Formats: sequence, structure tokens, C-alpha cells
Amino acid sequence: MTALAVSDLAKSFGGLRVTSGVSLAVEPGERRLIIGPNGAGKTTLFNLITGELKPDRGAIALFDRDITRVPSRRRFHLGIARTYQIITLFPRETLLRNVTLSLLGLSRLRWNPLVPLGRQHALAARAREVLARVGLDHLAERPLAQTSYGERRRVEVAMALAQNPRVLLLDEPFAGLSIEERRDVLRLVTGIPRDVTIVMIEHDMDVALDFAERITVLHFGEVVVEGTRAEVVAHPRTKEIYLGE
Amino acid sequence: MTRFPLALAFVALATLPLWMPGTYYVNIASQILFYAIFALGVNVLAGYAGLVSLGHAGLFGIAAYAGAKAITAGYGHSVVAVIALATTLVTAAVFAALALRGTGLGFVMITVALGQIVWGVAYRWISITNGDNGITITGRPFPFGLSLASPRGFYWATLVVFLLALASMAVFVASPFGASLQGTRDQPRRMNALGYHVWMIRFLAFLFSGFWSGVAGLLYLYYNQFVSPQMVALTASAEALLMVISGGTATLLGPIVGAVLVVVMKNVASAYIERWNFVLGAIFVVIVVFMPDGLVPGTVRVARWARSALGRA
Repeated sequence: MTALAVSDLAKSFGGLRVTSGVSLAVEPGERRLIIGPNGAGKTTLFNLITGELKPDRGAIALFDRDITRVPSRRRFHLGIARTYQIITLFPRETLLRNVTLSLLGLSRLRWNPLVPLGRQHALAARAREVLARVGLDHLAERPLAQTSYGERRRVEVAMALAQNPRVLLLDEPFAGLSIEERRDVLRLVTGIPRDVTIVMIEHDMDVALDFAERITVLHFGEVVVEGTRAEVVAHPRTKEIYLGE
Repeated sequence: MTRFPLALAFVALATLPLWMPGTYYVNIASQILFYAIFALGVNVLAGYAGLVSLGHAGLFGIAAYAGAKAITAGYGHSVVAVIALATTLVTAAVFAALALRGTGLGFVMITVALGQIVWGVAYRWISITNGDNGITITGRPFPFGLSLASPRGFYWATLVVFLLALASMAVFVASPFGASLQGTRDQPRRMNALGYHVWMIRFLAFLFSGFWSGVAGLLYLYYNQFVSPQMVALTASAEALLMVISGGTATLLGPIVGAVLVVVMKNVASAYIERWNFVLGAIFVVIVVFMPDGLVPGTVRVARWARSALGRA
């Protein structure tokens, strides 16, 4: 069984082929790193997996279930969660409300127009637990707009963890962070239990290499190299494309 | 702390016909109340959903037209209400299905077009709507033995409906569904990634908004005992939107304050100033310049500033 299988996925924007014939198979519990230069189609691949973009051809399967035609929002009910490279949170709301919205998204309660959300103490308690996992429970009542960039990155991860995912897609979780903040986020990501499969896009090789078990190198929308960390690092194509040597 | 002013406002509203000098002002208060219901309905979309509709007079008007046709056909008032509101809901569903193909400017333009279609039907389909002459009805209902024929009776009935509308808004906004709707306004993409059905949330909000617009339209019909294409014109949609924006979008009190402002200007100021529209326009300019988020949030900000300034002194 594979946790996430992508086969022959293709997507073009007009004449620009951003994804052409990408195939991937990620095992349950695996830590997969996706690297590649800017414009390699890494984020597009995530958008295709989550259904935020429709592929021109190809198939996507989650734990051997074909989800190619499943509407995007349903896929998140089936165990996919993602973070965004550009922080996509609710700036006017508190951290607690941000995470609460994440928990609510998978609950039938989200359709209820009659009960006060502020009285859902069980939900709030769970949101605090998730915030504690990312070390932000002491800021629960603070509006997101008044937090630091590094804290927001951790809220991004908290939003995805709150969804209790089976497959977690992290899109450059270290982008724009200081060295210290990177270490915090890395510790957080490393601490995620093995029943969660993780696929991570990352530019920062120093941080990401330690994390990855297998690496996929994308270039111009194609998989150029794939293998274990050692194989990919040693591969001449990697150096040529990614490291520019 | 907020309980006391609310209780005071409630007592003032409930006893208004007893202390207000003359029925003219009682009637204006009734107008304010049903326009406030309309503005509250528009605010569900413009404020909490971030979807600016310029076609809501179509829903406001279609309730009145459906009501007027039902009354003319001889139905009792409770059946009339059901027919009018059902017609509004069906129309709102059609509006939503078409307008929600876009957001932002696309949504605005589609709602303008839909509103204009309703206006066109009201104005030109004379065999049904009587065109520019409108439809006149006679008699107001007698719910629970209260005659709405008198200005006082009508005011109290409208006040009850208004309070129901306000309460429904307060409950809705604080609910999980209300939070979902505001989430789709602020981060639709993230909401989808959290498993929310963004389109359906907006669609249901549109129906809720349409429902209260229809209720307000029916009250308008009973108040004026007359409906004409003027009621569904683009300017009527714009006026409702101005109430929401001037009072403060995505606030409970904003649309009410906006309704007071517009209705008072229209009725009272026009008695003294011939070019009252000019005055209204000038007021809006002042609001936009000094309180761009509306009178209610602006006043709250000024009050907070004044308190801290006093504290320092």
C-alpha cells in the first residue's frame, strides 16, 4: 500500500507546461522531500494533489483510493492536510480562533447556525492542545496580526495538525525564518508521529536534508532524480540542476 | 456594562409611539425599522460574506410584488406572507446560483444585472405588474388581534419583526456557521483546505440575506399599501448598501444606524432642504473620509481614544 500515489500527472497553463508526466509513490510513514529550482512546479504539484488545481491528465490515489475526481474540499476530509508557502491564515482572529476554524472544518458542527461558537468548550480545549503541540498555547488569545512571522509559520503547521492528517503536505515551512526559528519548526516537524506521512517542499537544503528519507528533484515540471538522500545528493544531475554546478 | 444601554434602547423603542409627538414621526420610525431589516439582510452578504450585492432591491421588491399579487388574488394575509417569502427565497436561490459564479467585481456586476432584470419586468411586463402605475392594495393584516391599520399598531408589529431579525443576526454571527461564513470572506482558499464547502456556505448565506430582504419588502408593501418599479430600481439597492457601509459593515448595529441616517435624511431633511440628496451625499463623503469603516466602528474608536485621552489628563 502506498500513502500517496501520483501517476503521470500533467498540467499546463496555456503553453506553459508546469507539470508534465509526474509520478510519485510515497510509502506510509515516509518523509519525502521535494526540491527543485524556482518554477520547477513544486507548489503546483501540491495544488494538484489537493485538488486546488485540476490536472489535464493523470491520477492521484490516497491509500490506494483514487481521488482524482474527488472535490478538493472532500480530499481534506479523507486525510490530506497542507500548509501554504505564503501564509494563509486569518489575521484578525486570535490563534485560538484560527485553530478552532481548522478543527471545525472537519466537524458537522460547522453547519450549525444556532449555537454560540464561544460556548463550544470541548472544541476550544482541543484547539489549545494543538497550540500546545506547536508551543504557542501561551499566545492563544492573541490576534494573529500581533504575532511574529516565525509564530505564524508554526500556526500554519498547527492548522494542518489540527486536521489530524494521514498525509501532510508542507510547502516551504522554513521560508523566511531565522536560524533559530528554523530549528524550532524543524523540531516540531520531526516530532510528528510516524502514522503521519509527510511530503515537504523546501529550498533550504541544510535543514531539509536531515529530515528527508527520500528526495524527489523536480525540474521544469518533470521528475529528474528520485532516490534516497545519499543517492540524490550524489547524483550528478542534482548538482547540475539544483546546486548549479 | 452593555446590558444597560441595550435595555434603555429597548424601552425607548417599545414606548416610542407613546412619547413621539405625532403619527408622522411614528411612521418614520416604522420606515426606519423595515429599512433596517433590509440593511441587516444586505449586511449578511456585504459584511459577513464579503460579497457586495447591488441587486438586493430585486429581492426586497419581488417580495412586495408577490405579496401584492397574492392580496389582489384574494388570499388571507398569512398565506400572502408565505407566498411572498417563498417567492423571495426561490428568487434568491436563482440569484445566488448565478451570482456566486464570481466573487468581487464579478459578483457585483451579476447582482446589478439580476436586479435590473427584476426592475425591467416590474416596469415593462405591464399585464402582470401594472408597469409604472404599480399595484395598490387595501388593508393591513390583523395578527393576534392587533390592528396594523393604525400607525401605532403597525409600528409595534414592525418592531417585533425587527427585533426577531436582529436576534437572528446576533445568533447567526456568533454561531459556527457564522464563523465559517466570515472565514470564507477572509481566506476562501484556506477554508476549502480546511474542508469547508465554500460555495454552499455562501449560497446559504445568500438565502438568509434574501429572506430578511423579503420580510422587509413585505413590510414595505403593507406600510405603503403600494408597490411600484421605483422600489426595485438600482438606486434602491445602492441605498441599502449605503446604509450598511455608512453604519459599518460586518457589525450588528451598523446597518441600523445607517437606516436611521438615510431614512431621516430622506424624510425629515427633505422637508427643510430642497436639495436633500446633496446633503446626504456630503454626509457620506464626510463618513468615508473620517470614519472609513463606518459610523459604528468609527464611534467606538473615537470613544476609546477619548477615554484614554481623559485617562492621561
